[in-house]
Amino acid sequence: MGRYILRRVLEAIPALLGVTIISFLLLHLIPMNPVRALLGNHYTPARAAILAHNLGLDKPLYMQYLIWLWKAIHGNFQYSYVYNEPVIQLIMNALPHTLELVAIAVMVAHLAAIGLGTAQAYKANTVFDQVVTVLMYLFYAMPVFWLGILLIKLFAFHLGWFPAGGITNPNNPNPNFWSYLYHLVLPSLTLVITSLAQWGRYMRSSVRETLVQDYIRTARSKGATEFRVLFVHALRNSVLPLITLFGLSLPALLGGALVVEEIFNYPGMGLLFWQAAGQTDYPVLLAIIVFLGAVTILGNLLADLLYAIVDPRISYN
Amino acid sequence: MQNPIEVVAETNLQEVTYSYQGRVWRRFWKSPLTIAGIAGLAFLVLFSFVGPLFYRVNPLAINLAHMMQPPNAQFPLGTDDLGRNYLARVMVGGQSSLIVGFASAVVSMAFGTLYGMVSGMAGRWVDTILMRFVDIILSIPGLFILLFLDAVFKPSVFIMVIILAATSWLTVARLVRAEVLSLKTRTYIEAAQALGASNWRIMLKYLFPNFLGTVLVAGTFSVALSILTVATLSFLGLGLPPPAPNWGAELSSAMNYMFQNSWWLTYPPGLAILLAELSINFIGDGLRQAFDSRL
Repeated sequence: MGRYILRRVLEAIPALLGVTIISFLLLHLIPMNPVRALLGNHYTPARAAILAHNLGLDKPLYMQYLIWLWKAIHGNFQYSYVYNEPVIQLIMNALPHTLELVAIAVMVAHLAAIGLGTAQAYKANTVFDQVVTVLMYLFYAMPVFWLGILLIKLFAFHLGWFPAGGITNPNNPNPNFWSYLYHLVLPSLTLVITSLAQWGRYMRSSVRETLVQDYIRTARSKGATEFRVLFVHALRNSVLPLITLFGLSLPALLGGALVVEEIFNYPGMGLLFWQAAGQTDYPVLLAIIVFLGAVTILGNLLADLLYAIVDPRISYN
Repeated sequence: MQNPIEVVAETNLQEVTYSYQGRVWRRFWKSPLTIAGIAGLAFLVLFSFVGPLFYRVNPLAINLAHMMQPPNAQFPLGTDDLGRNYLARVMVGGQSSLIVGFASAVVSMAFGTLYGMVSGMAGRWVDTILMRFVDIILSIPGLFILLFLDAVFKPSVFIMVIILAATSWLTVARLVRAEVLSLKTRTYIEAAQALGASNWRIMLKYLFPNFLGTVLVAGTFSVALSILTVATLSFLGLGLPPPAPNWGAELSSAMNYMFQNSWWLTYPPGLAILLAELSINFIGDGLRQAFDSRL
């Protein structure tokens, strides 16, 4: 087990390096000279040459990469062209918001998917099952942005129950925890609905497969209540693969978070990225790609390790 | 191209046995969801490509005297903020959305299949390197790479297709490689190798027909994903350039007038995207069942 964990952690390192290489190469796709952007109106060929030398842009490409990587490891992702602030500062302000949004959405969506999927499997091929299946199809096909608009229209505009966007009430100088949570309801609901379908469908088929196993029949014949059979015996096994599925759906979740943040004007990584894309603020764009690549790799790593810990049937040697 | 054994079987038991393709087709047409999906997609194609031939209104004509009108006799779906006919815009908007979706799926299928086949056939270190590369790119959320490329290249329809394909071939490559790895140990491949067939011949003549089903299923879902992605990019204000309409961009401008209760701007493009996604997913599910694919 310890060996497996060590191997899995070591495997993540080249993946992380790969993400930095891809990002660095993306940077060099850009048909634009950073020196020109930094100097702006003060551009003269002489100043440009000095700045290029100072920034290390006159060195060979692999040296530039190594220098960039060295700085990145130390948290130096250059300065934003637009905000005149270190990129790392911008990211550190935005990242927690995105993580909150995604974490809440993932938790709620998993609980809902487990509940619905299990109920569907238990009541397979009934009217209830079919209604939920149709709903899941709709949720799966629903574009995130349209759903966001519809939710704002219904809950913010017509009913006025929840705010249409933002992170807290701008008129309140001292927002408390509940104010933050209150503003998270609609954005996370959007993300929950669009990611629910995949996990729910998976749960349904997984529980259905489990319910015909021998040990379920044994549990029933020992006189275990249906509740116990379902939630203690069956669910334990069917829920495990969701951990892996979560790791795999991280990129899609973060992409969904981008759209949700844009619609609800929620100041996370997605909104920062979107604004930077509009203003062609390349250092910010690249740093975010590196960060989210790292978040995905670490998320997958965590999912794999967790799976190894919670499933005692598999030996990893 | 029928297997001789199956031909014999067919002549003996005509009522029961069909060729492989025949079985697949029969299963495909049996599902009511598949029929619904095909009907939905056919409706959208007719609506966006044939519709404008009959409803001859310029979707780009600005008329400030008629701006923001709810649906009425002159404008069946109302008008937008520049007084443009919304029905005409939703119709023509479907064209670029559908074309980009299908074209990029075709490109990404072709490239992904080739990449996966080469990786699976080559094996050893070539396979390791090629697949590691795929893993790494897959770990960066695709939408972010797309937005980045979008901001750099300011795409036309053609570049948009390439950019979308560039981020969606990866999963196909993985699937095809897995299929090739399991297929290439079969005895009929060994027989072909023993007869001196080249690697290319083995890939195209012996392997490809066997995982065609997987590729078709994945390709169908990829069309749905591409249509959604291009709508998302346009919604975010980056996708295809204005003033030519497309569904995502229409929704994006509708959002500016959300609080003026301009419901007629919000529903038609959203419903069109939803219908496209549902139809294509239904067709994909039908194909999956027909090919009995585990995907």
